[in-house]
Amino acid sequence: MNHILKLNKLNRQFKSGDKILTVVNNISFEMEEGISCAIVGPSGSGKTTLLGLSAGLDQPTSGEVVLNNINLNPLTEDQRAEVRNKHVGFVFQTFQLVPTLTAVENVMVPLELRGEASNKVRERALELLNEVGLGERSHHYPTQLSGGEQQRVAVARAFINNPKILFADEPTGNLDSETGEHIENLIFDLNRKEGTTLVLVTHDLELAEKCDRVIKLKNGEVDSDVFKSEEVTA
Amino acid sequence: MSWVFKMAWRDSRSNRKKLFLYLAAIIVGVAAQVAISSFRENLNDSINEQSKELLGADLEVEKNDPFHEELEIYLDSLGGERSDALSFTSMAFFPKSGTTRLSQITALEGDFPYYGELKTEPQSAAKTFQNTSGALVDEPILLQFGLQPGDSVKIGLVTYEIAGALQEIPGQPVAASFFGPRIYIPKTNIEATGLLQRGSQLEYITYIKYPDGTDPILVEQTLDIMNDSVRFGYDDVAERKEEVGEAILYLSNFLNLIGFIALLLGGIGVASSIFVYVRQKISTVAVLRCVGASSNQAMNIFLIQAVFMGFIGSALGALIGSLIQLYLPVLVQDFVPVDIELTISWSSILIGIVTGVSISLIFALFPLLAVRKISPLFTLRSVDINLSKLLNWITRFSLFGLIAVSVIGYAWYMLGNFLAALFFTLGLTFCLALLAGIAFLIMKGAKKLNPKALGYEFRQGLANLYRPNNQTSTLLLTFGLGVTLISSLYLTQDMLLGTINFDNGEDLPNLALYDIQYDQNDGVNKIILDNGMELRQNVPIVTMRLQSINDTTVAEFMADSSRKPRRWALNREYRSTYRDSLISTENIESGTFIGIVENFETLVPISVSTDLMQDLNAQVGDTIVWDVQGIPISSYISSTRAVNWQTPQPNFFVVFPTGVLESAPQFFATTLNTPSREASLDLQQKIVQAYPNVSAIDIGQVLETVRDFIDKITFVIQFIGLFSIITGLIVLAGSAATSRFQRIREAVLLRTLGAKKNQVIKIQVIEYVFLGVMAALTGLTLSVGASALLGYFYFDIDFVPNFTILAIESLILIALVLIIGLLNTRGVHTRPPLEILRDQAA
Repeated sequence: MNHILKLNKLNRQFKSGDKILTVVNNISFEMEEGISCAIVGPSGSGKTTLLGLSAGLDQPTSGEVVLNNINLNPLTEDQRAEVRNKHVGFVFQTFQLVPTLTAVENVMVPLELRGEASNKVRERALELLNEVGLGERSHHYPTQLSGGEQQRVAVARAFINNPKILFADEPTGNLDSETGEHIENLIFDLNRKEGTTLVLVTHDLELAEKCDRVIKLKNGEVDSDVFKSEEVTA
Repeated sequence: MSWVFKMAWRDSRSNRKKLFLYLAAIIVGVAAQVAISSFRENLNDSINEQSKELLGADLEVEKNDPFHEELEIYLDSLGGERSDALSFTSMAFFPKSGTTRLSQITALEGDFPYYGELKTEPQSAAKTFQNTSGALVDEPILLQFGLQPGDSVKIGLVTYEIAGALQEIPGQPVAASFFGPRIYIPKTNIEATGLLQRGSQLEYITYIKYPDGTDPILVEQTLDIMNDSVRFGYDDVAERKEEVGEAILYLSNFLNLIGFIALLLGGIGVASSIFVYVRQKISTVAVLRCVGASSNQAMNIFLIQAVFMGFIGSALGALIGSLIQLYLPVLVQDFVPVDIELTISWSSILIGIVTGVSISLIFALFPLLAVRKISPLFTLRSVDINLSKLLNWITRFSLFGLIAVSVIGYAWYMLGNFLAALFFTLGLTFCLALLAGIAFLIMKGAKKLNPKALGYEFRQGLANLYRPNNQTSTLLLTFGLGVTLISSLYLTQDMLLGTINFDNGEDLPNLALYDIQYDQNDGVNKIILDNGMELRQNVPIVTMRLQSINDTTVAEFMADSSRKPRRWALNREYRSTYRDSLISTENIESGTFIGIVENFETLVPISVSTDLMQDLNAQVGDTIVWDVQGIPISSYISSTRAVNWQTPQPNFFVVFPTGVLESAPQFFATTLNTPSREASLDLQQKIVQAYPNVSAIDIGQVLETVRDFIDKITFVIQFIGLFSIITGLIVLAGSAATSRFQRIREAVLLRTLGAKKNQVIKIQVIEYVFLGVMAALTGLTLSVGASALLGYFYFDIDFVPNFTILAIESLILIALVLIIGLLNTRGVHTRPPLEILRDQAA
């Protein structure tokens, strides 16, 4: 089986005053293509930092990240941006839509950045907005949409570039349970349909249960790494 | 790249209102630039087109005595056409209105002007006045006295019919008539006026129109050689054009620099608005970086917006500037000797737009380069970052260098002098650094010294000075610099007016009578006494020339190219007096003042003013032989006097003791104090009617004229300086507006927590009053420093700040800052908190 993501002895430290704070400590694992994986753990356990490192949003203090067979370490920030644009999708807890763009324009951004023909991109964006149930609201600005609607736009944006891997940071954390469930279903459906690998950070154990694999972090280290069929203790 | 443009366009849609204030700062700055440089170009074009009219002839020769024979022969040999004129000042009496006025009389013979024309009403009067023994009188004086062509004016003993109102003389600005109306009369029978007697200051002028084929350079060279032996003044078209062009260039350079400061303030406004703007865009940039935008793409989105807004602002500014240009001639027409023809100056518009866009771009680079450093990680964690700290010191240093080089470059282009441009930039940098330093100290001080004992509102208001998104630095920099500039102009104007303000302090004379002939003195004195007034001074004046100093004759001095005494001091006609004591305007600096001699067969002890001592390179004890109208009188310098020339009394370079000059041909000057303006006019009229050759200088009127003159000039400068204040206000409003959302959130939060409307307003008032006070104090202190330096180095005047002006300026400035600050949170106090928050979020 192909590995879409490989982490090798990953460390991330921060300086806080005179102290060195180790947020991610010697983490290694491999992620098979097409699976869904939840990263769980208490607050401050390093979940979001690990997600950021895995997606190439941050540089590790030491260790290696290989995404879709590309080693991210030697890449510049702009080269990593290119990798993200081609292979990665994101969904954030705070939606992170560009407030000055309409829903459809927000969805179009990743493909437009590649320089693809505008008409085709718009068609594809509208298609995705239809799929998430927002076809009628494509010209609305984020401030004119509810939280759930904004997150649906974010999901559409995350899938427009047919990413190999989708990183989601507490995708339902800011939503009520009903809307949250709707978003979860949307992400899992698209994940299955597009064959995308899904990595999501969550506090929500019910959501984690729906994933093929659950990695539990504690104090910056892997506390447990459980596949649906077996359990491996780190 | 096309995505970047698309994104820049899309992103700007909902921000255009926010960017308007940024635009406004550039609009005003560019408008000032374009208005001034268009005007300068039009003025230069007009001077070039009307260059011959600047002189009215090809050549003008002038001298205080009749022309020497050699000069006469040469001028005759030139051929062509010739006009002769005699120019002097004299009292003019207008019988119809019963008024008198010291006037500049030109007695003309010939067809001058050969280029351009004397503009008169009726126009025919300019051609006919010489044949009909008429006079042309400056139009403003006719209007002032309610006179019309057909009325009469009496000059000396002759009454002329006013043939026309004089509106324009080629090459003379209207301002030339400020110090006395101009009157043209025919030169024939000028002797009949009785004004050409001894003591009158006459100027002989000849205007020549060259015949075809004359080489003006050859004429100039010949006159130059002749001028070494026979002293006279001359001007030809090229020289006059150069003189006028230079004067205009200095004026417009100066105005341009003041306008440029407005643009630089706009630049600071741009940097500040873009900083705040980009700060609001951090999460957008982080998202874009997350989904694959490169650092350059992210930066270019805002770069394109900045350049585009800069272009729109500059284009609007250029349009407004071109319109303002139409108004500028009204302001300065009085001071320029040509009719300004207005056309659109495309080159000025282009330069204005390029400068505006460049300033926008250069100043926007600070925040924009920081955009490149925004990490995609900010999508995961909300971090409060300081944009300016994202730039390393090399980038910051390079950006400051770029700004400094651009400013020097522009100032160099403007002034044509690298050193002056460098000093301009250094001065500006010093002011800005000082203002920034003071802003820093205020923030530090407010943080450290925020007294806990004071009420909540005061502490909160003071805290607003240093917390994130504060306006302290922006306001101090922009407003402070604008205030420094405008206040310096006011204080300098006040300083200049102060030096000629005779009517404060001691009881000085307000009317001076000159050119009283020996046999008229008693009669004049009698009129004064009969009118119930007292003589303050009745001073005898004897004209004389220098013959030799320490046995070296003036001719020998003149032949020596290494001579120390200055030419004017050797050649001039001296008007000396004799008396036995000093007067209040003089002090002995060295030697002993001797007031009385009984025997002038020996050397006569004289007292010489210190400034003349320098120009004559003389020492106490040196001997001087004077030619007193043909009679040599030998003297020695017994004392030197420091003379305060800035008073209306007659003061003298050389004072003789009594007992020497009493029998020499002489005339008198008299000063007196009239109780009122009416009494002064009445007395002048009586004296002029009895003795037409006596000139009266009405000091009250002179003061008024000088004040008018300085007011007009300073108005022009202040008009341009106003652009800086407007830019300062716009930048202040912009800076206030960019923090509006945060202020409103706080105000609403405070209201939600139970703060009363008055408490919220009080917090804001305290913050803005404090900011206003600090900006005003800093700006005004800098302006006092600048004015003192100007006074010391340039005008040689001891500067004493006018505290009334400073106090008024402070109050106005504080009020302005407060109004803008309070307008910023308008509406917060009357609407429900939730409604306001929703509005702002949208």
